[in-house]
Amino acid sequence: MAGSRFAALAADTITLPFGNGERPLVVYPGKRALIGLTARPPQLETPFSVFNEGILTPNDAFFVRYHLADIPLDIDPTAFRVEVKGKVATPLSLSLDDLKTKFDPVEFVAVHQCSGNSRGFLEPRVGGGQAGNGLMGNARWKGVPLKAVLEKAGIASGAVEVAFSGLDRPAMPQTPGFAKSLKLDHALDGEVILAYQMNGADLPWLNGFPLRLVVPGYFGTYWVKHLSQITVLDKPLDNFWMATAYRIPDNECACVPPGTKPEKTVPIGRFVVRSFLTNVLDGAKVAAGKPLPLRGIAFDGGSGIARVEVSADGGKSFAPATLGEDLGKYSFREWRTSVTVPAGEHAILVRATNVLGKTQPMEPTWNPSGYMRNVVETTRIVAA
Amino acid sequence: AGTFAGLAMAQPMSYVLPEETAVFKPGPGVEAAENNCAACHSADYILTQPPKMGRPFWEAEVHKMISAYGAPIDEKDAKAIVDYLAATY
Ligand code: HEC
Repeated sequence: MAGSRFAALAADTITLPFGNGERPLVVYPGKRALIGLTARPPQLETPFSVFNEGILTPNDAFFVRYHLADIPLDIDPTAFRVEVKGKVATPLSLSLDDLKTKFDPVEFVAVHQCSGNSRGFLEPRVGGGQAGNGLMGNARWKGVPLKAVLEKAGIASGAVEVAFSGLDRPAMPQTPGFAKSLKLDHALDGEVILAYQMNGADLPWLNGFPLRLVVPGYFGTYWVKHLSQITVLDKPLDNFWMATAYRIPDNECACVPPGTKPEKTVPIGRFVVRSFLTNVLDGAKVAAGKPLPLRGIAFDGGSGIARVEVSADGGKSFAPATLGEDLGKYSFREWRTSVTVPAGEHAILVRATNVLGKTQPMEPTWNPSGYMRNVVETTRIVAA
Repeated sequence: AGTFAGLAMAQPMSYVLPEETAVFKPGPGVEAAENNCAACHSADYILTQPPKMGRPFWEAEVHKMISAYGAPIDEKDAKAIVDYLAATY
């Protein structure tokens, strides 16, 4: 018995395609087997095959990213409150019931993506969480506009930013607590929400139960989980997580020559455009001379996807794919096409262009934190 | 529906994390790493870093732990840990 259990455990690993990429597949309550990056605090990556199951990422497969190890393990949903304080006319302490009954709910589909998604592919490699492409997901979020909550509290004059923190705490008190901020006009844009539901169900525990910030089009660092404090500030938040971490080179490509440091940085912001082939995996063997159906996903920071093009000749020529149902400008957009290739080895490339005309680079960009990767993805196949 | 949701949730809830299994690789200085580098996070934070990053990388990591995150590690231990990390990962 012990032998077979050990064998089962030993088989439950996955190797991401970069050096030191072997990871255990781990099962957490409420989650199916996911790629285990770290245990304390938990960080779980979605296996890439999930993105071919559908355009929405199921709650039990959604990635998990925490920074600090003292995560909440006991929550009383009736006692839970989110405090709205700082430069406001009337500080508020709102229960989940208040949020659900005293405000008009909104619901939309949006991609959530970790700033460090795909960091493991960088060359030269950089430190930090070493993930493949699975620190992203697409869900239908339901909640209350942050704008409505801030307007109920009443913004005082002189306010410039709004800061957010949750129930997670550092393991040692000298470690900076996790807090992030948004500029006031962003916080009031009506699109940022306090979400209590994901894909029609309560938020999964590890995705921020019972309430999280959803900042559509923006990298996950702003999507504060277990959201419990909203503080209106009259000067920019100057903590470690805004001023030192999560910063990108202050230029158009958010990049610098590999191995160098940027002169000036700014906080990370919106997603860049990306696209992926999901139904054919790297190294696949396919039939030569017959139509090979291809499908995948594309997304950007909220302008929407204008077109997706596919190359079956290693990038020499691209042909348009057909876009699937439009679930909103913040959602994954499905695409489909088919190619017919002769016998031999081929490279399939996918390139998306957003409504603003921005597209993906053919060569990978680089920055010291490994953020914003959006190179045109290549999938190698063998036709016989 | 509001009342029903209220009733269904009117109870403290808890979450049980699976056990932590990652351990540091053996090597000279492993005790210093075990004593200082697993206080705030599991060992897999270290084990999953890219291979063969070299001494400057590990020196920077250890000093980031001390200066950015407040790790209470003295210079003597820090050096032993950097030696161990640079030789082992
Ligand atoms: C006082 C707390 C604390 C101690 C002690 C500590 N760390 Fe960390 N460490 C952190 C925090 C906080 C992070 C960031 C976690 C995150 O964002 O997921 C981190 C992240 C890391 C990472 C991931 C890469 C990175 O830079 O984010 C590595 C590697 C690491 N620590 C190594 C070490 C080593 C080696 C030691 C012992 C010398 C150590 N840590 C001790 C708090 C600590």
